[in-house]
Amino acid sequence: MYAFEYHKPTSLRQAAAMLAKAEDAKILAGGHTLLPTMKQRLASPANLIDLGALDDLKGIERKGRSVVIGAMTTHAAVATSEVVREAIPGLAEMAEIIGDPAVRARGTIGGSVANNDPAADYPAACLALGATITTNKRKIEADDFFTGMFDTALEEGEIITKVAFPVPAKAAYAKFRNPASRYALAGVFVAKRGSEIRVAVTGAGANGVFRWSEAEEALKTRFSAKSLAGMKADVSMMNADIHADAEYRAHLVGVMARRAVEAATAR
Amino acid sequence: MAIVSMTVNGKAVTADIDPRTLLVQFLREHLRLTGTHVGCDTSQCGACVVHMNGAAVKACTTLALQADGAAVTTIEGLADGADLHPMQAAFREHHGLQCGYCTPGMIMTAVDMVNRLGGDLSEETIRAELEGNICRCTGYHNIVRAVETGAKAMAGGEPVRQAAE
Ligand SMILES: Cc1cc2nc3c(=O)[nH]c(=O)nc-3n(C[C@H](O)[C@H](O)[C@H](O)COP(=O)(O)OP(=O)(O)OC[C@H]3O[C@@H](n4cnc5c(N)ncnc54)[C@H](O)[C@@H]3O)c2cc1C
Ligand code: FES
Ligand code: FES
Repeated sequence: MYAFEYHKPTSLRQAAAMLAKAEDAKILAGGHTLLPTMKQRLASPANLIDLGALDDLKGIERKGRSVVIGAMTTHAAVATSEVVREAIPGLAEMAEIIGDPAVRARGTIGGSVANNDPAADYPAACLALGATITTNKRKIEADDFFTGMFDTALEEGEIITKVAFPVPAKAAYAKFRNPASRYALAGVFVAKRGSEIRVAVTGAGANGVFRWSEAEEALKTRFSAKSLAGMKADVSMMNADIHADAEYRAHLVGVMARRAVEAATAR
Repeated sequence: MAIVSMTVNGKAVTADIDPRTLLVQFLREHLRLTGTHVGCDTSQCGACVVHMNGAAVKACTTLALQADGAAVTTIEGLADGADLHPMQAAFREHHGLQCGYCTPGMIMTAVDMVNRLGGDLSEETIRAELEGNICRCTGYHNIVRAVETGAKAMAGGEPVRQAAE
């Protein structure tokens, strides 16, 4: 890890000012992506702005028809939240299978969303549930936020403050984990809210998280796993690496989608 | 350099450190608490697990500065003098270790597991909860048994029988 200067702001305004002023600065949240990347010298920020003291950015609340989660809320807090369990159990179940207990104790929703790892779980949840990502500058719809692997609509100096999830009628997540890394080899989040059905796929796509429109169409006829019988994702859109080839991932997407719909309809 | 202060095993410590010092380096190299190990240094193996404000965390993936103001407990902080913590006693009784390299992290993770989930843990839960702790020696069976027994003892059940000296 290369040397850096460390800053711990005590307010969001101060954090934004530091981020704007310090040269080559990066936000530090849970550090469970950023610190390993810095150790590998794939990132070498000159300044780290630690959001750890910003208690305003932590917490979960039900606001009308949405569940609002602060950017610095850990995966463990989401997994065990009564509010989330009651309103969107599929979201709590998703947080419960991120990494391992120690990762969940430190990793945050803001860090996961900002990082947009092509195999991360939160991007699929945000896209399927139609979340709104709020920053210190504006609100961004999930459909516009995730712009490609490790790429988001966030601009220089922008800080995610919270993520709002509209409460769905039914939702669930099914993930085929890479047994070594525990990231998704294929993960599918399905959600039904009114007549709107959204199916988001992570881990499998060649360009990061995406909505699987064919599955969404098929589920509009009937929200049942049977509507997806025999379907698989478009092989030409799949990622291929040492863990799985494109054909296998396309198949897994179909299987995970059916499992997610089964779980959503079984509640 | 930057000043860091925290409580480690009940004792207040303050030091002037390079900001990139990891919590595990701080514990091992500055405080000489070498019970916390570094197995992988890539957040995978759990040999470095300590408790920070009551939660099990990987000290190789936490800056010492992120623990500023926190209460940290390491494996050295578990035993009460010569009396082993019930989870330590259970690992000894059930041969939950061979080389012992993974053991401090296993025990810190196990104690955290009981703190969160209680003393009545199924084998399935224990195995799922140990996902972030890798052991190259034991094959895990005895670790799972040790955690099961240690958990019961922690919850106030049977004291762990001490192995004959
Ligand atoms: C062993 C291991 C297993 C894992 N398994 C999984 C898994 O199964 N599924 C999964 O989804 N993830 C997994 N992760 C990743 C984990 O969830 C990370 O914690 C998460 O992706 C990043 O969150 P963080 O709080 O640690 O962010 P950090 O590492 O602190 O930051 C990540 C990036 O986001 C930026 N950032 C952070 N917060 C904000 C903010 N509020 N506004 C703007 N930018 C911000 C940072 O500048 C940095 O570029 C795993 C990690 C490890 C180490
Ligand atoms: S040394 Fe920290 S997880 Fe392996
Ligand atoms: S006892 Fe040797 S690594 Fe676990």
